[in-house]
Amino acid sequence: MKPVNSVKLEFLSRSANEGFARSAAACFAAQMDPTLEELGDLKTAVSEAVTNAIVHGYPEELGKVSLRLRRYEDRTLEIRVQDWGRGIPDVEKAREPMFTTGGEERSGMGFTIMESFMDAVKIRSRPGRGTCVTMRKKLSSRPGGRL
Amino acid sequence: MELTCRSRSCKTRWKLTGEIDHHRAQALSRELEREVSTRLPGELVLDFSGVTFMDSSGIALVLRASRLMEELGGRLRLESVPGQALRVLKAAGIHRRVELGEE
Ligand SMILES: Nc1ncnc2c1ncn2[C@@H]1O[C@H](COP(=O)(O)OP(=O)(O)O)[C@@H](O)[C@H]1O
Ligand SMILES: [Mg+2]
Repeated sequence: MKPVNSVKLEFLSRSANEGFARSAAACFAAQMDPTLEELGDLKTAVSEAVTNAIVHGYPEELGKVSLRLRRYEDRTLEIRVQDWGRGIPDVEKAREPMFTTGGEERSGMGFTIMESFMDAVKIRSRPGRGTCVTMRKKLSSRPGGRL
Repeated sequence: MELTCRSRSCKTRWKLTGEIDHHRAQALSRELEREVSTRLPGELVLDFSGVTFMDSSGIALVLRASRLMEELGGRLRLESVPGQALRVLKAAGIHRRVELGEE
């Protein structure tokens, strides 16, 4: 399936860019006329994935983070967040609720939230090479709304 | 710092505003610790009415507040939590571990 529309953004792993990434994703999703709740879910999922790239992907260094957004004809929105940082040694373990390698200020609930707010969450990661998180959500059809 | 503090006897009310994410989490956490350790409140109310966005960094903050109040033998209550933040708290099961809602 070919996307109807697609954007790709690249930014440095500075925490100030977390808000930027959320807003950019919300702007892109606005083309699909989402509900307020759907918009909140999308922003939250983006925030979690981008924060992970910044905090865990590049814990001590600055690196490149990429955010790709794709919109499909069947009202599916795909969000891909990629980093070229540390990588995840055990992806299954990382997905578990409360599992965190971060300190007190992390909750270990990031992946749990991404999974509950999106229809599908795919994680590809290689230690030392980086992480790619691809998430999909099919938005509700709104009578009278734009395609 | 978008955080205001008003203390009435042993009850401290915090009005949190804006977006609670990792970018702001460290500053908020330091503020929380300072306020709790200087005021030693019997009850801490986190007023979420001005929160426009929250992700799992907010969960860590709420859990930190919960632990600090537990150490003091006091209560923690979350008030006026908007829809988006509530969905995040519920997805993490936190709504079952802390008191929610008005008195
Ligand atoms: N992009 C990433 N790069 C490296 N490690 C990651 C990445 N994303 C997640 N992780 C690992 O997965 C764990 C769980 O992530 P998450 O559920 O978001 O919880 P938290 O971020 O609160 O630790 C992290 O503590 C970290 O060890
Ligand atoms: Mg996380």
